[in-house]
Amino acid sequence: MSILEIKNLRASVEEKEILKGISLTVKAGEVHAIMGPNGSGKSTLAQVLAGREEYKVTGGKVLYRGKDLLELGPEERAREGVFMAFQYPVEIPGVSNTYFLKAALNAIRKHRGEKEVDAVEFLKLVREKMKLVKMDETLLRRPVNEGFSGGEKKRNEIFHMAVLEPILGVLDETDSGLDIDALKIVAEGVNSLRDQNRAFVVITHYQRLLDYIIPDFVHVLVEGRIVRSGGKELALELEEKGYSWLEEEASALATA
Amino acid sequence: MSTAMLEEYAEREYEFGFVTDIDQEMIPPGLDESVVRLISAKKEEPEWLLEWRLKAFSHWLKMEEPQWANVKYDPIDYQKIIYYAAPKSDKDRPKSLEEVDPELLRTYEKLGIPLKEQEMLAGVAVDAVFDSVSVATTFKGKLAELGIVFCSFSEAVKNHPELVKKYLGSVVPYSDNFFATLNSAVFSDGSFVYIPKGVRCPMELSTYFRINAMNTGQFERTLIVADEGATVSYLEGCTAPMRDENQLHAAVVELVAMDDASIKYSTVQNWYPGDLETGKGGIFNFVTKRGKCEGKRSKISWTQVETGSAVTWKYPSCILKGDDSVGEFYSVALTKGWQQADTGTKMVHIGKNTTSTIISKGISAGQGQNTYRGQVKILKGAHGARNFSQCDSMLIGDRCGAHTFPYIDVNNPSARMEHEATTSKIGEDQIFYCNQRGIATEDAVSMIVNGFCREVFRELPMEFAVEAQKLLEVNLEGSVG
Repeated sequence: MSILEIKNLRASVEEKEILKGISLTVKAGEVHAIMGPNGSGKSTLAQVLAGREEYKVTGGKVLYRGKDLLELGPEERAREGVFMAFQYPVEIPGVSNTYFLKAALNAIRKHRGEKEVDAVEFLKLVREKMKLVKMDETLLRRPVNEGFSGGEKKRNEIFHMAVLEPILGVLDETDSGLDIDALKIVAEGVNSLRDQNRAFVVITHYQRLLDYIIPDFVHVLVEGRIVRSGGKELALELEEKGYSWLEEEASALATA
Repeated sequence: MSTAMLEEYAEREYEFGFVTDIDQEMIPPGLDESVVRLISAKKEEPEWLLEWRLKAFSHWLKMEEPQWANVKYDPIDYQKIIYYAAPKSDKDRPKSLEEVDPELLRTYEKLGIPLKEQEMLAGVAVDAVFDSVSVATTFKGKLAELGIVFCSFSEAVKNHPELVKKYLGSVVPYSDNFFATLNSAVFSDGSFVYIPKGVRCPMELSTYFRINAMNTGQFERTLIVADEGATVSYLEGCTAPMRDENQLHAAVVELVAMDDASIKYSTVQNWYPGDLETGKGGIFNFVTKRGKCEGKRSKISWTQVETGSAVTWKYPSCILKGDDSVGEFYSVALTKGWQQADTGTKMVHIGKNTTSTIISKGISAGQGQNTYRGQVKILKGAHGARNFSQCDSMLIGDRCGAHTFPYIDVNNPSARMEHEATTSKIGEDQIFYCNQRGIATEDAVSMIVNGFCREVFRELPMEFAVEAQKLLEVNLEGSVG
């Protein structure tokens, strides 16, 4: 079954059209990488999938496991299993990371008709998942993202994902600002979550991340359109040639 | 709004006075010397206390209502207020919860208050109250063994006149300010606590147990004295909205801490804030609270969570007279709807090496206006005095306001002062982040606000802290979106 079916999606921010007709199908078990130059609409795609209000969908459809995703509010999408790892994770002063995550997990469990986890069960789960991203235990007690380094914030996002076990994970430039060690840890965390029932959309500017998270498909986004799709070798080609040759193609396409 | 309200309310009360002819314990509205004499006589007070009241009254006549606070309300007609009404008899109370305002019950429900307590809070005339009284009596026995006095103010005047005489007005003199002076003239009742030398009070003292002194009316007076080396924690108020028919509240609280004594005073205030849409009918809370660190190494700590009332005017303060004494003020004030709060503290450093800490968290939503007003005064002799102040404001929506007025007055060069202030708007991106993890917007708001207030909540006794968090949640419902 397809987890995600995007059909001719158009979206704009403050009246400016950013996504100009995107179509993409993601099946269970697959990892799709979305690459592209700055300003091509990569992050907009992530925000639209997560349901950010400022991003207005002006056309097209998004089906998530056969249901209309765009009809749901952001919290409903999350509870249905859509997770977005933020490019810039937000700080919430005074709210401990554990408290926050427990509230999130219980909101999702409640939605699924499952029993809420108690403090003991939760701590056990959290300890286990922490190992995946080699997180320091002190980060659990600290307020959400407050005073975290850039790398700690990104790791914390993957840690949240590991605890919440989504069906669709959207990673918005999770590699940006990471050194190679942190990058490996983040990638290992993601890889450990890969399985037959789950899918990932990995948004990145650089090929580097894809050395560690090997995608099944690579799509190149230029000026709000997917201009090329291929296997993992496409990422390597981009690494070698840059984006400019595709950008030229895209503008030729736009004027044609 | 208030004149009409007070009028209507005053008439209503007056009407009651005539309809229920049996109720002779209520006097007509209005204030003159004879009313002060009458109050004192009804309470069978000694001559010195009557004299004190009369001095206050004649002083009050010469005073003007303060106008400097950052709050607006229509003038109060002091001649339309009833200054003495004996506690309601069972006959006037609701017979069961079915007779109580359903809105009030809905709030009790949300706060998870047990049925028996709901009845008590709503003033229902049932046996539940008697249960509580017996609980209170048990505690009183225990306290008496340690020599602790914990009783209503009137009882204290009768049974411990020497203590009352010694300390009444010693922190807040009868001439202090307009509202405190009015209170001194007409105060109805309140609490009295005395902790003898070296005694650590084994339980949190709460007005909750003071059932017999409930309905103390609008001019409450509290006096707490901790003798040398004594320790006490006092909880005032209740998270549940109390049934209350008085619009103006002008209470006075005085605390005295001798050498090495420590007093912790925690308040949760949730009086009727008025109609959310129009602001009509809410309570005016004009309170004078002050503590005196009389002795060396004494400590007074105020913690307040203010979520109710239409207008709040309140500055729990510390006079740090003893060397090495410590004053603390931790405050959360939430204003929503049309609520206005002008609150803060005053720390007066007199003794050497005195220390004060001020943590204030103001939250404004709806059209609420929240003002922090604080003064730190370091007198000449206060060598080595230190103060740390932190005033944070949070805005929810764009029709509310936050204001900060810190006054600093330093007369000793060795003093060290630190002041931090921030204003933040509850961020769309914070809410979105929570949403993206499955957390609903309302839960996100209360989580973010509770996080913002954490430094204050952790000063509250455990149970109170949990209640206070819940209270904020209930009060923030519908603030966003």
